[in-house]
Amino acid sequence: MDNLGTLTGIRDALGAKAASSVEIVRDCIRRIDTARHVNAFITVCEEDALGHAARADAAIARDGMRGLLGVPIAHKDIFCTDGVRTTCASRMLENFVSPYDATVVARLRAAGAVMVGKTNMDEFAMGSTNETSFFGPVANPWDVGRVPGGSSGGSAAALAAGLVPAATGTDTGGSIRQPAAFCGVSGLKPTYGRVSRFGMVAFASSLDQGGPMARSAADLRLLLHHMEGHDPRDSTSADEAPTPHAPQRTMNVGIPREYWADLGEDVARPLEEAVESLRRLGHRCHEVSLPHTAFAVPVYYVVASAEASTNLSRYDGVRYGHRAGEPADLDDLYRRSRSEGFGIEVKRRILTGTYTLSVGYYDAYYGQAQRVRRLIRQDFLDAFGQVDVLLTPATPTPAPALGALTGGVDPTVMYKQDVYTVPASLAGLPALSIPCGFADGLPVGLQLIGPHFAEDRLLALGEAFQRETDWHLRTPTVPEAA
Amino acid sequence: MEKLLRLSALSLETDERSLLQGDLDKIVGLIDAMQSVDTRGVLPLAHPLDGTQPLRADAVTESVDRDRLQRNAPRARDGLYLVPRVVE
Repeated sequence: MDNLGTLTGIRDALGAKAASSVEIVRDCIRRIDTARHVNAFITVCEEDALGHAARADAAIARDGMRGLLGVPIAHKDIFCTDGVRTTCASRMLENFVSPYDATVVARLRAAGAVMVGKTNMDEFAMGSTNETSFFGPVANPWDVGRVPGGSSGGSAAALAAGLVPAATGTDTGGSIRQPAAFCGVSGLKPTYGRVSRFGMVAFASSLDQGGPMARSAADLRLLLHHMEGHDPRDSTSADEAPTPHAPQRTMNVGIPREYWADLGEDVARPLEEAVESLRRLGHRCHEVSLPHTAFAVPVYYVVASAEASTNLSRYDGVRYGHRAGEPADLDDLYRRSRSEGFGIEVKRRILTGTYTLSVGYYDAYYGQAQRVRRLIRQDFLDAFGQVDVLLTPATPTPAPALGALTGGVDPTVMYKQDVYTVPASLAGLPALSIPCGFADGLPVGLQLIGPHFAEDRLLALGEAFQRETDWHLRTPTVPEAA
Repeated sequence: MEKLLRLSALSLETDERSLLQGDLDKIVGLIDAMQSVDTRGVLPLAHPLDGTQPLRADAVTESVDRDRLQRNAPRARDGLYLVPRVVE
């Protein structure tokens, strides 16, 4: 398939009346059908999208272009959408239709974006491979025998395959950044609180953060502009000024040595070349240390599982979601509805969280995890006393083969894949993942981490890197569905 | 395991149970690595930006259409959610 183009490109074409929204949305729908074996979508909204696109075209003809009017977008199926089912890739919510829009969805809709569908993901966002979905795994468009990453794997695969120019994702421990890296696209996890969590199905509330996914840092900036901002309906939403667009400047880039210790040569080489590119652009790069990095994965799996076990207690088979048939009594209704509705990875996390929160273990696990979490955050605050941003690998390896990390394999092997993304999550920091090269034909991603609310800095450096390189413009040749 | 399943309101098939029992042992092994960190005098971090819970005025700002909301309920009647009998 030919290239769909970037979000900013499509917006400009609509503004210049060189293309119509109906044409572009119809093209997206056709592409989604042609690539249906990638399984990037759970729900496609063809009729609604074409109706919305026709109204957008009429508005552009009448009043001119504004915001994202007529631009197609896909939402991760964790964002509630009024009237369109929101499954969270779980049997539990297979038929759930939200009576309201998530704030992110409402804001993008208000900006004129046209929702073409809801993307596949790991069940309740729990997973790093997109294989835990009740609706089946997603394939990586670069090699359909490999995983796209997770949990926002459908959004990343849809972008890589050129099905849509923009998508939303959510990131609890790397769920935007890791699939972006595996699929060769760009993804931003904003600062905790930058983007409203209202209407985003909860996994781990002190970590969850929605963010934009696209084909370039410039496109991420445009999307973030229409997603961010204080929301009184989310009590953890930050009351911050919008992300500015400051002039380019030379930056001090820190390279944390702990992130490179166990890195394979195939992934290290493109990253080292990226560091050289930044040096050529005049940025200063030097080594720093984040001494508690090794403890981030253990801390993350305590905090995230504990919060998940609490959040998922709401699924009771009574008010919404899956309900077991012929319950003997109320307890049987709860137990069987949950056991039938949740997949194995969700059960694993609920049990882990229940264990670490139980009487006698709470302080040793949850309490200790929260104390080490403070030390991890302090490492970053200390580093940002010396440097403007940190540059790290996004993942330890390129995309693994389907099945390599799931199906009876020790789950801690998959959990350890999150080693480079969970530290910034625990510290609530913004982090950007952009493509920086290839290893054996598979994309490699680099991660830029910044101080709280310094998204502008990350995007500026990402934009500068993408003006010098063309990794983000490379696209795979996706075989068409049979 | 029996206690965890009761607290979690979950039940497992035999094969799931033996798999998850082994997995939980491995996960506990993974998370135990953080026990070696000296955290004496360190305060727990509950919110990454040290946020506090904001309060708003106790006023009705919106209401939900009950019938629309209850369309998601597996069993509801006359505006009520139906569950198995709990009081004889």
